[in-house]
Amino acid sequence: MKSWKLAIAGVAISLVMSSASFAAKTNLVLGIVLEPPHLDPTAGAAAAIDEIVYANIFEGLTRIGPKGNVLPALAESWTQSDDGKVYTFKLHKDVKFHDGTAFDADDVKFSLDRARGDKSTNAQKGLFSAIDTVNVVDPLTVKVALKQPSGDFLYNMGWGDAVIVAPESAGTNKDKPVGTGPFKFDSWAKGSQIVIAKNADYWGKPALLDKATFRVIPDPAAATAALLAGDVQAFPVFPSYETIPQFQVDPRFKVVIGTTEGETVLGMNNKKPPFDNPKVRQAITHAIDRKSLIDGAMFGFGTPIGSFFPPHHPAYVDLTAETAYDPELAKKLMAEAGHPDGFKTTLKLPPPTYARRGGEIIAAELREIGIDAEIIPVEWAQWLDQVFKNKDYAMTIVSHTEPNDLNIFSRDDYYFNYDSTAFKELIKQIDVTSDGAERTELYQQAQKLLAKDVPAAFLFQLPKTGVWDAKIEGLWENGPIQANDLTSVKWLD
Amino acid sequence: MLTYATKRALIAILTLLAASLVVFAMLEIVPGDPARLMLGMNATEDAVHNLQEQMGLNQPLAIRYFSWLGGLLTGDLGKSYTYSVPVFDLIKERVAVSLPLAVISLALSTLIALPVGIFAASKRGKFSGTLAMGVAQVGVAIPNFWFALLLVYLFAVTLRLVPAGGFPGWGAGFGVSLKSLILPSIALALPQAAILARVTRSALLEVLGEDYIRTARAKGLSRRQVLYRHALRNALIPVLTILGLQFAFLLAGTIIIENVFYLPGLGRLVFQAITQRDLIVVEGVVMLLIATLILVNLLVDLSYAIVDPRLRGRS
Repeated sequence: MKSWKLAIAGVAISLVMSSASFAAKTNLVLGIVLEPPHLDPTAGAAAAIDEIVYANIFEGLTRIGPKGNVLPALAESWTQSDDGKVYTFKLHKDVKFHDGTAFDADDVKFSLDRARGDKSTNAQKGLFSAIDTVNVVDPLTVKVALKQPSGDFLYNMGWGDAVIVAPESAGTNKDKPVGTGPFKFDSWAKGSQIVIAKNADYWGKPALLDKATFRVIPDPAAATAALLAGDVQAFPVFPSYETIPQFQVDPRFKVVIGTTEGETVLGMNNKKPPFDNPKVRQAITHAIDRKSLIDGAMFGFGTPIGSFFPPHHPAYVDLTAETAYDPELAKKLMAEAGHPDGFKTTLKLPPPTYARRGGEIIAAELREIGIDAEIIPVEWAQWLDQVFKNKDYAMTIVSHTEPNDLNIFSRDDYYFNYDSTAFKELIKQIDVTSDGAERTELYQQAQKLLAKDVPAAFLFQLPKTGVWDAKIEGLWENGPIQANDLTSVKWLD
Repeated sequence: MLTYATKRALIAILTLLAASLVVFAMLEIVPGDPARLMLGMNATEDAVHNLQEQMGLNQPLAIRYFSWLGGLLTGDLGKSYTYSVPVFDLIKERVAVSLPLAVISLALSTLIALPVGIFAASKRGKFSGTLAMGVAQVGVAIPNFWFALLLVYLFAVTLRLVPAGGFPGWGAGFGVSLKSLILPSIALALPQAAILARVTRSALLEVLGEDYIRTARAKGLSRRQVLYRHALRNALIPVLTILGLQFAFLLAGTIIIENVFYLPGLGRLVFQAITQRDLIVVEGVVMLLIATLILVNLLVDLSYAIVDPRLRGRS
C-alpha cells in the first residue's frame, strides 16, 4: 500500500518536473489571415510580406519603432548637412547577411539604386524620389544626397520597402529571403505556414525566441477555434471581431486593442457630378453616423476620425465634431446643392468586412437624405482596375493602411480626383520642413482643410485587434506600420 | 471492349483540348491586372509596367496561348505570377493534401452509405427503413461547414484529441498528418454518404421491382440471396456514377472545408489564385481538375462495362 502511494507521488513529481521543463518555451505559433504572395518586401505592396519579414528577417538603414518613431537600424548614426540635403550614414560593423556574405556600404548603394532605378518593381518607388545620388565613402560610411530637403527621408528609409538587400541574393528573396535581421528564413509550406528561426550570428541584441511559425488561417471561425485549441498562441491582427468578448473574459488570453495607420474612408469621385459639388460631399459626411457604423460594421472596434490622420499621431486634431452626424444639416446642404429630392448613384465595395458591412449601413443612412446608392460588390483586382486606376466609380469604401500617407490627396490623377492647389502647397511645405513644431502646424492645417473640403467622407481608424496567450510578452500593441516585430517577444514564466 | 474503350479515350482527349481553349479564353476576359494587384495603391506607373514585362504579360494573346499549350504537353505548367515558383510544384504540394483527403472521405462515405442504403431498401415500408432514410435526409440537409465547426468544437477545443486545423506536411510524420485529416474527412464524408445512401436505396428498389427478381425468388432463392446476387450488382451503375461525381467534387470543391480547417488544398490554391489574378495557376489547376474529371468519367464508363457485360460489345 505504502509503495503504491510512493509510486503515485513519484509520478506526480515527475509530471510537475516535465511540465516545468516545457515551461520555458522558446517557440511561438502566430496566426495570420492572408498568406503573402512572396517574401521580398522590395517587390510587393502586400502587408502580409512585411508582417513576416519586417525587423525579423530584413533591416533597413533606419526602422520604425512600436510608437511610430524612427530608430537606428543598420545605420548606427547619421549626420545631416546644414542645407538639409546630404545625409551621411555610419553603418554598424561586423554585420553579415544570413548567407554569410558581409554587409557594407556597397549593399546600401545597391539597394537604394535598385529601388529607384529604371527597372525597379518597388511598390513604393515614391519613397526614393527625393534621392539624387548615393555614394560609398568607405565600407562603413554612405552619403545620400537629396534633390531637395525632405522632412520624411529618415522615416521613408524605415519602410519595409527600403530594406537593405545583397546583390547576391536580391533575385531570389521572393522565395528565399536573405537579410541581416535577428531571424532567418527557415521554410515555407505554401498555403499552410512560414517558419523563421533565430539567427545565431546576429550583430545586435539576439532574439529571445528560437523559432516562430506564421500559420495562415483565413477563416474567422477557424481562427477562434485555433486559439481556443492552443494550436496558435497569438493572433496579432485577429479577424473575428464578434468573438473578441469571449477572449476578453478568458484569463488564458490577453486582448489588446491598438490603433493602426488605416484610415477608412468613403471615397467619392470629386470630378463626377454631383460629387463635384462640395455641398453634396459635405451633406454625405453629415449623413453618416460614425458610431452606428463602428458598432454595426466593426462590433464597436475602431476610432472615429474627422480627417485623414491617425489619432495616435502627435499632430492629430480631432475634427469629428466639425463633420458630425446631423441629418437635418445634411438635408439642408442637399437642398442648397440643388438636390432637395436626392439622386441615384452607386457604391462599389471591395471584399473586406469593414467595406461590405459598412457599405450596407452607409447606404441605409444616405437613403435618409434621399440618396439612393446601389451597392456593387467588387473583388480587389476589379477594385484596383475600375475604381483606383480608371476612376470609374461614384463612391467606394476603402482603408488606406500605408503610414504617413496624407500626401495622397495632393497627387494628380489619384482616384479621388481631388484637385486643390491650397492642399498641394501645404504638402509641398511639409515635405521640405524638418522642424517639429512647424511640421505639426502644417499637418494640422492640412487636416482642417480636408475636413472642410471633404474629398472623401472620413469614417474611422482601423483597430489592431490583438489576441494572444496571456503568458506572451513583447508583441506590439499598436500598428504604426504593418509588421509583427518579434525581436523582443518572449514567454513569461 | 477495345472499341468501346478507344472511343471513350478519344472523346476524352478532344474534350481536354476544347477545355484548354475555353479556360484560357475565359480567364483572359476576367478584368484585373496581376502586376498592379501585387504592387498596390502606391505604385508608380513605371514600376507596374516593369513588373508586367517581368511576368511576360505584354506578349500577344495567341503567343501566350500556344506557349502555354506547348508547355502543358511537355508537363511544364509555367511559373506562378505571385509565388514565382513553378505551377507544377505548387499543384504537387496541394495534391499531396487534397488527394488523400478525397480518397479517405470517399472510402468513408462508401463504407457508411452502402450498408445504410441496402438496409433501407430491404426494410422498405418498415419503421427501421424509414428511420434510416430520415437520418440520411438530415445528413443531406446539414451544411458541411457547420457540421465541421461542431466537430472542431467537440474534438479539438473541448476534448483536445486532434488539432483544430492545419496540415503539418507529410514530412512531419505519417501519423500526425493523418490525424489532421480525420475531422475534415468526416465532415466531407457524412453529407456525401447521405446522398449515396439514398441513391443506393432507390436504385436497389427499382431493380427489386423487376421481373427477373420475381423469377429468382420463384426458383427458390432467399430474399438475401436475391438481394446480394442479383439486385445489388444491377443497382451498381447509378451508384458508380454518383461515386465518380463525388470524387471530382471532393478533389476540387472542398474549399469551404479547407477554409474551416485551414488546409493547404487545391480548392484554396485556386481561390487564392483567382483573387490575386495569378491566372497561370488558375489555368493549371483548372486543367488538372478537368483532366481528372475526364479520367474519372472514363474509368466509370469502363467500370460499367465490367459490371454490365452487355455494354462490352457496344460501340
